[in-house]
Amino acid sequence: MSSVLEADGLGRRYGRRWALRDCTLDIPAGRVVALVGPNGAGKTTLLHLAVGLLEPTTGTIGVLGEKVSDTPAQLGRVGFVAQETPVYPALSVADHLRLGAHLNPGWDDRVAQERMQQLQLDPSQRAGSLSGGQRAQLALALAVAKRPKLLLLDEPVASLDPLARREFLQGLMEIASEQEVSVILSSHLVADLERVCDYLVLLTASRIQLAGEVEELLATHRRLIGPRRDIDSLPAGQQVIEASHTDRQSTLLVHTEEPIHDPAWAVEEVSVEDLVLAYMRQGTAAQRDPSPVWGVKR
Amino acid sequence: MIEFHLDARSGVSPYLQLVHQVRHALRLGLLDEGDQLPTVKQVVGRLAINPNTVLKAYRELEHEGLVSARPGVGTFVTKTLSDDSLAAHGPLRRELQRWLTKARRAGLDDESIEALFGDTFRTAALEVVA
Repeated sequence: MSSVLEADGLGRRYGRRWALRDCTLDIPAGRVVALVGPNGAGKTTLLHLAVGLLEPTTGTIGVLGEKVSDTPAQLGRVGFVAQETPVYPALSVADHLRLGAHLNPGWDDRVAQERMQQLQLDPSQRAGSLSGGQRAQLALALAVAKRPKLLLLDEPVASLDPLARREFLQGLMEIASEQEVSVILSSHLVADLERVCDYLVLLTASRIQLAGEVEELLATHRRLIGPRRDIDSLPAGQQVIEASHTDRQSTLLVHTEEPIHDPAWAVEEVSVEDLVLAYMRQGTAAQRDPSPVWGVKR
Repeated sequence: MIEFHLDARSGVSPYLQLVHQVRHALRLGLLDEGDQLPTVKQVVGRLAINPNTVLKAYRELEHEGLVSARPGVGTFVTKTLSDDSLAAHGPLRRELQRWLTKARRAGLDDESIEALFGDTFRTAALEVVA
């Protein structure tokens, strides 16, 4: 199996508002994918479409090589941790594990027990009295003990303090190193995911702005700093993502497959965060000024 | 066993930082032939980084002939970089410490010391080449 999530022309509308549109994606297996974008960009909608909690308005979506469905076979292969990592407050930690074992045919109790041991959770404690970090870890343990092939997590670290956030990501990476599982996790803060992801999907204003292997994205983007110049004078292969100018200097972020030879530029590598911010601004600007038809000259 | 750490502000990619740390440890004799590197799970469980980052670093070290992976067991050091010169490290370090004390006494701050050392190092390297 080569891809874990495929979307083609995928869109979802709520009333008159498009939460997601023209989404075409092909995410290869074995990756840790960061699904990044501002709040309200459509991240949760995309994840809900992927697990069958929502139906597409347009286009198609498939996971693990099959159309999304709610058959037990597919549900068993996809793990999903919803936002705010919901648990049953009145049930104990042990009750949750029993419930998980009862409801999931592929339940692996060894995995569940190992996670519990690492977390040092008291099995008799009620889930309602767990800390945010413990609750997130319990939800993660439940999702991985069913041995999914694809694990989806919606903003798993957003509400956690820095220490709990780190511990959560440590646990998640241990799981990723041990099990054959692809992971897609969303966050509105890319800094949280920069070191854990090797594939990036950026959503802004309901559309995909950028998607690809992190290594490749970093290799094909550069920041150019030099004397002020018109961006129309750049070679054809250099696509400007973001430009800022002073009266003497131009600073550009460009996409290019070729090395930069122009000696006038000081060339710098960019970070994942630089990239995300530049594309996010580009996407937000396109939203504010949706079509050149409106660009009436005054 | 060594323990990895990452400097988020260094601008050096995480995988290269891991490679450098192993080479560094080999050079200083902290790692020796036959020693085991931390497992991928141990590294990601500590640093919260992508497992592929660790695998890439270990592959690079393997490619350089410094380590070798034994499937299901772990990754082991196969070569040392600390040759015969290791014995000379002690005296050299002491000379360097004396030099640093002199530099401080002469009023150089950290940045000036680094700049002076870096500049002299590069000039000397050029002379060797020439």
